[in-house]
Amino acid sequence: MAIKERMSGNEAVSYAIRQVNPDVMPAFPITPSTEIPQMVSTYIANGEMDTEFIPVESEHSSMSAAIGAESAGARSLTATSSAGLALMWEELLLAASNRLPVVLALVNRTLSGPININCDHSDSMGARDTGWIQIYAENNQEAYDNFIQAYPVAENEAVHLPVMVCQDGFITSHAVENIELIEDCDVKGFVGEYNPEEYLLNPGKPVSAGPYSISSYAMEAKKNQETALENSKAVILEVAKKFKKISGREYGLFEEYRTKDADYIMFIMGSAAGTAKQAVDEMRAHGVKAGVLKLRVFRPFPAEEIAKALSKCKAVAIMDRCESYNGNGGPLGSEVTSALFLNKVMAETVNYIYGLAGRDFTVEEAKTVFNGLMDMAVNGTKLEQYQYIGLRK
Amino acid sequence: MNKSIETRWHGRGGQGAKTAALLLADVAFKTGKNVQGFPEYGPERMGAPVTAYNRISDSKIRVHSNIYTPDYVVVVDETLLSSVDVTAGLKRNGAIIINTPKSRDEIAGSLRGYKGRIYTIDARKISEETLGKNFPNSPMLAAIVAVSGIMDRETFINEMRASYEHKFAKKPEVIDGNMKALEMAYDVVWEAMEEDKMGLSA
Repeated sequence: MAIKERMSGNEAVSYAIRQVNPDVMPAFPITPSTEIPQMVSTYIANGEMDTEFIPVESEHSSMSAAIGAESAGARSLTATSSAGLALMWEELLLAASNRLPVVLALVNRTLSGPININCDHSDSMGARDTGWIQIYAENNQEAYDNFIQAYPVAENEAVHLPVMVCQDGFITSHAVENIELIEDCDVKGFVGEYNPEEYLLNPGKPVSAGPYSISSYAMEAKKNQETALENSKAVILEVAKKFKKISGREYGLFEEYRTKDADYIMFIMGSAAGTAKQAVDEMRAHGVKAGVLKLRVFRPFPAEEIAKALSKCKAVAIMDRCESYNGNGGPLGSEVTSALFLNKVMAETVNYIYGLAGRDFTVEEAKTVFNGLMDMAVNGTKLEQYQYIGLRK
Repeated sequence: MNKSIETRWHGRGGQGAKTAALLLADVAFKTGKNVQGFPEYGPERMGAPVTAYNRISDSKIRVHSNIYTPDYVVVVDETLLSSVDVTAGLKRNGAIIINTPKSRDEIAGSLRGYKGRIYTIDARKISEETLGKNFPNSPMLAAIVAVSGIMDRETFINEMRASYEHKFAKKPEVIDGNMKALEMAYDVVWEAMEEDKMGLSA
């Protein structure tokens, strides 16, 4: 039976962690993810779970300890944000290349500078090429559901990769909203026990972890890792199908909202997708066929599926909550246009940068974006292919 | 109520505007509503202006932006009136509730020409009388519930008693004071609303 509750995104993820009850959680606090280790510690202190919590002195250490624990055969996790993730950078690559299914609860926050505690996706986007699977949430419900699905994906024998479960700092992490929780026993049954095939604390089958590899073999290791990431796409869908049975909620690589007959589609990720959906309904009330494609799984990047979903519309607004300083657009802008080109989909695109460092993104702004796309498609008005929205004039 | 009711809270860091917004979300949730309660975060300092928001609706809430055209505004600290444009975007058919010992007529001049309904409540006095300390949260919560009509008095009082009994399980002596604060505040505002109705019908 679903449990109707109200809680913040951080509370929701902490609740999921309690239900999964992993073996080891090393963590170091950083806003806005601090509440997660704080709440998990409280659960542990109250005897509601028996995860080994390791307070460490930095995020470099928290990820190192998670890697050590996971190598030893323990189901591990940590939580962080922003500069915390940046400090883990070297270890993120180690977790992925050593094929360790660590799960990281990321609460997205901008990177410096200026120093700012609010949301954008520059932290996780900075880690986009570290080999981690990245899954994003629109609200507290999705953050909770995604966390529960993370271990079955990460630990799958065809995958063996770490998963980053992302939610928007403050916007969802600190907002109290309605949520439907799943019974403890159903979550535990769904995630199951962790039985790694190979691990350091197995005297019957000695292995070495993180060894040096000469050039004759290192490239094959990297290709194997890439194959695992490709494999994860099917596994993510399989796990989502099973998850529907215990939750009634449906998940895919992305969500299509009123896109079937849409002329204009907003491609967006995270909490702003709900705001965009509201704009779509208002545009449609005025006869404009608008839709939203909300990306859930950014790594692996579902290029073909995205191209197919965008193949019938006239124009796409690709929304990046991150500046990538490549002089040519944001990370989603680059990857989506590349997906469209390789699949010979020639829809017009405009890449918008929005919501940096907590700048609000409103229904009105989303409507402005749709109106711009329409003006471009109908009247041939030229739009800058790469531009900012919500910037002070 | 078939639409989303939007409320904006203005307070100062440490006064509990955020907590009040979360309490409002809580009590509305218990009566079956869809709720959203969230603060606007900046550098957190005691005494700095703080804004918090509520959306309360019968349907699912999807929008994740701040609130720019609220139905209601609650001002927990009247000293904000000179520095913050608290009525910005406030709907003409909405209302503003201010924690002040002043009357409505006395405070109206500080509201930059706002033409909608104004309610004042001396939350400090009520709080000090009932709790012995200045915790303006509970009175302001009762005031917004009365003005917005999100739920009736009996439902509100019952839900809050249950909630306090849970929250203050280890110090039950504060429950009665908090309940008294809620009831007094609700009734003060309710009386002002009744006066308005009489004025309109006269």
